[in-house]
Amino acid sequence: MSRRKLRETAAGYLFLLPTLLVIGTFLLVPIVYALFLSFHKVQLLGGISYRFIDIGNYTRMIDDDRVWIALYNTFEYALIVVPLQTALAILLAAVLNSKLRGRNAFRVLYFLPTVTSSAVLTLIFMWIFKTDGLLNDLLGFFGFPAFNWLGDPKVALKAIMLMNVWSTAPYFMVIYLAALQDIPDSLYEAAEIDGARTLRKFWSITLPLLKPVTFFVVTMGIIGTFQLFDQAYIFSNGSGGPNNSTLTVVLLIYQYAFKNLDMGYAASLAVMLAAVIMLITVIQRRLFGEEKLN
Amino acid sequence: MWDHKGVRITLRIIQYAILISYAVITFIPFLWALSASFKTLAEISTGEPNFIPKVFTLDNYKQIFIDEPLFPRWFGNSSFVAVVVLGLNLLFNSMAGYALARFNFPGNKLMFFGILAVLMIPGQLTLIPSYMILNEFGWLNSFQGLIVPSAVNATFIFMMRQFFLSFPKDLEEAAEIDGMGRFGTFFRIALPLAGPALAAQAVFIFMGSWNDFMRPLVIMSEKAMFTLPLGLNTFKGQYYSFWNLIMAASMVFTLPALILFIFFNRFFVQGITFSGIK
Repeated sequence: MSRRKLRETAAGYLFLLPTLLVIGTFLLVPIVYALFLSFHKVQLLGGISYRFIDIGNYTRMIDDDRVWIALYNTFEYALIVVPLQTALAILLAAVLNSKLRGRNAFRVLYFLPTVTSSAVLTLIFMWIFKTDGLLNDLLGFFGFPAFNWLGDPKVALKAIMLMNVWSTAPYFMVIYLAALQDIPDSLYEAAEIDGARTLRKFWSITLPLLKPVTFFVVTMGIIGTFQLFDQAYIFSNGSGGPNNSTLTVVLLIYQYAFKNLDMGYAASLAVMLAAVIMLITVIQRRLFGEEKLN
Repeated sequence: MWDHKGVRITLRIIQYAILISYAVITFIPFLWALSASFKTLAEISTGEPNFIPKVFTLDNYKQIFIDEPLFPRWFGNSSFVAVVVLGLNLLFNSMAGYALARFNFPGNKLMFFGILAVLMIPGQLTLIPSYMILNEFGWLNSFQGLIVPSAVNATFIFMMRQFFLSFPKDLEEAAEIDGMGRFGTFFRIALPLAGPALAAQAVFIFMGSWNDFMRPLVIMSEKAMFTLPLGLNTFKGQYYSFWNLIMAASMVFTLPALILFIFFNRFFVQGITFSGIK
């Protein structure tokens, strides 16, 4: 290797050194460590000790009712939240994309929930969801029955869903807006000569062209809902209640790890969750992710 | 085909109706929280849906800052952590992105694909082992335990690499001919020119750290070490049904992020569309 080449190599690794140290210590080592933990029974008290139990942690999940409850809640959550937030994001983006006065002001306003912390949003909504709170007042005004949003297991998760759709739709709206601006006007002009109407143009030109973006948004939406934690934790004081109705997979992992100190079992649940999330990511990238790398 | 002027006007009206209704839906929760923060407890307890306080009071704000010594402390903790994390990220992500974009050395491609692979790893997988590693280091319940693991960010390393690649090399080559070393070229030529990319990064990193709930929850055990999101959650337990205080605290918490967003919203949108394209 020439002197110049050697100096360039040294400089390259020197520039990457902080990154390599942090990612190595807090990402790569933890991945291996997580896999290791997931095959062990971990004892934390009186110095850490590990006992190899083969796939014991993984088989334990099958008989663990709370795992099934958490899975059920998380799937129900994704199934309702993802389509709603995606549809809302498309609708808002389509309207904001037409040349309307004041659309920038609207865009900035819509964005408020996205920049607000999940802790603040959850507290604001808990205040609105109170039995004698604003939402029940509003429902009463329109002649609907009131709900015990925070305390009734039948509606507690729905309350979090409502908040989630409200706060994440604008985020995906921005992604749609960027994609809409990339659609060449000439396509629409051609359609206009044919006499196509606005709705029809949207249906037969815009939506098909947005397919890759929609796939991306749906994937991100699913991953986001699978990772739900903050809202469920704050809402239920970390318990996942009432009656396990807000218990999500990540909240369950948290409880096993940091309340029961059952690190091995919690790690095996985290490994399963990560495997599912990464599988979804890989599928999305394979199908539509023409990554613009170089 | 030009005969549907009426249709166009109707369409405009529908569009504005959608925009305005959604603006109202977005704004009402914030407005309701803001109004609660200026109300007395007595007024809160009536449960009446009035947005304008009958008795306007600043007592809630006074109370959280004066009678609750931990609240200013949490505010300070959050600010300290967010500013340090921001500084480290801007420096380290740019250095890494620059090396990947500009230096030709064995292992460059491998590192780059490594960074891309890291992007796919969900944080839940590393949460438990990271906690145990921090425990080994004796870094639990400490600021370094919160700061060091988030000192770099793969997404923004990738973004900085793309930025430097799209950028003409001429200036840097001229600097090199003038005898400026690689560090000099990076700090004095490349970094100042990366302003817009740094701004997009800065907004995201600051917000991410400021709003983070799960990691401080796991790492910090002493109340005095809490950041604002955790503090706020404790507040809820402590002052249950004192929603006027909780809302005042929430408003104080939201203000810095809001100001940042109002000034930098252009960069914010850029950052999101970048992660959308990625």
